[in-house]
Amino acid sequence: MEDQELESGIVKKFIYVNRKAPHGTIYAHEALEVVLIAAAFEQDVSLAFIDDGVYQLKKGQNTDGIATKNFTKTFGALEMYDVEKLYVEKESLEERGLSEDDLSVDVEVLASSELKKLFNESEVFFNF
Amino acid sequence: MLHTINKSPFEKDSLKTCLRYAEKGSSVLFIEDAVYACTKGTNFEKQITENQENISFYVLGPDLEARGLDNSNLTNNIEIIDYKGFVKLVAENEKTQNWL
Repeated sequence: MEDQELESGIVKKFIYVNRKAPHGTIYAHEALEVVLIAAAFEQDVSLAFIDDGVYQLKKGQNTDGIATKNFTKTFGALEMYDVEKLYVEKESLEERGLSEDDLSVDVEVLASSELKKLFNESEVFFNF
Repeated sequence: MLHTINKSPFEKDSLKTCLRYAEKGSSVLFIEDAVYACTKGTNFEKQITENQENISFYVLGPDLEARGLDNSNLTNNIEIIDYKGFVKLVAENEKTQNWL
């Protein structure tokens, strides 16, 4: 039964909404794990970064000093899993004194009004 | 008195409340997600600079580095300290209050 479903080739539009800063809690790391699962099942995956979630993509993160795994390096490898649609909310960046140049990967910066359209087109939501 | 804050100022009011209670001569140390409060170009820059006459501000270096931040991102006159400096601050102050 499950095998049939997996092989049925149904592709849905998944969106992962990331709103947490990267290292203070486990949410950001866990979200990325779940993204990779959807990617493994060849789903149509988009990632949105809102509020403190934009900090996940900040350039130059080095966790040696806090002795945790620097999972943020994985963002740079998402392309290999055909996860290429990363959207960052413009308002959240500005509120934090950040610009697109401060980010470690290629993203599309969208105003919340545009992001709302993307949400409307999405079918499955994962909020972290 | 040493005050430590560990939550993002965008998610919680810990910084605001801490500053309401921190008295003249006290120290405030930002750790974990609270280090974002020290960054320039945010609303929190003003909250810190307005209080610098009475309060000494510190930020934990390893937590900054983990988040891709350094001195160039910080509001002026916030001292970056390491874990040894953290211990020293705790030892120097008779009491510590943690704002979660």
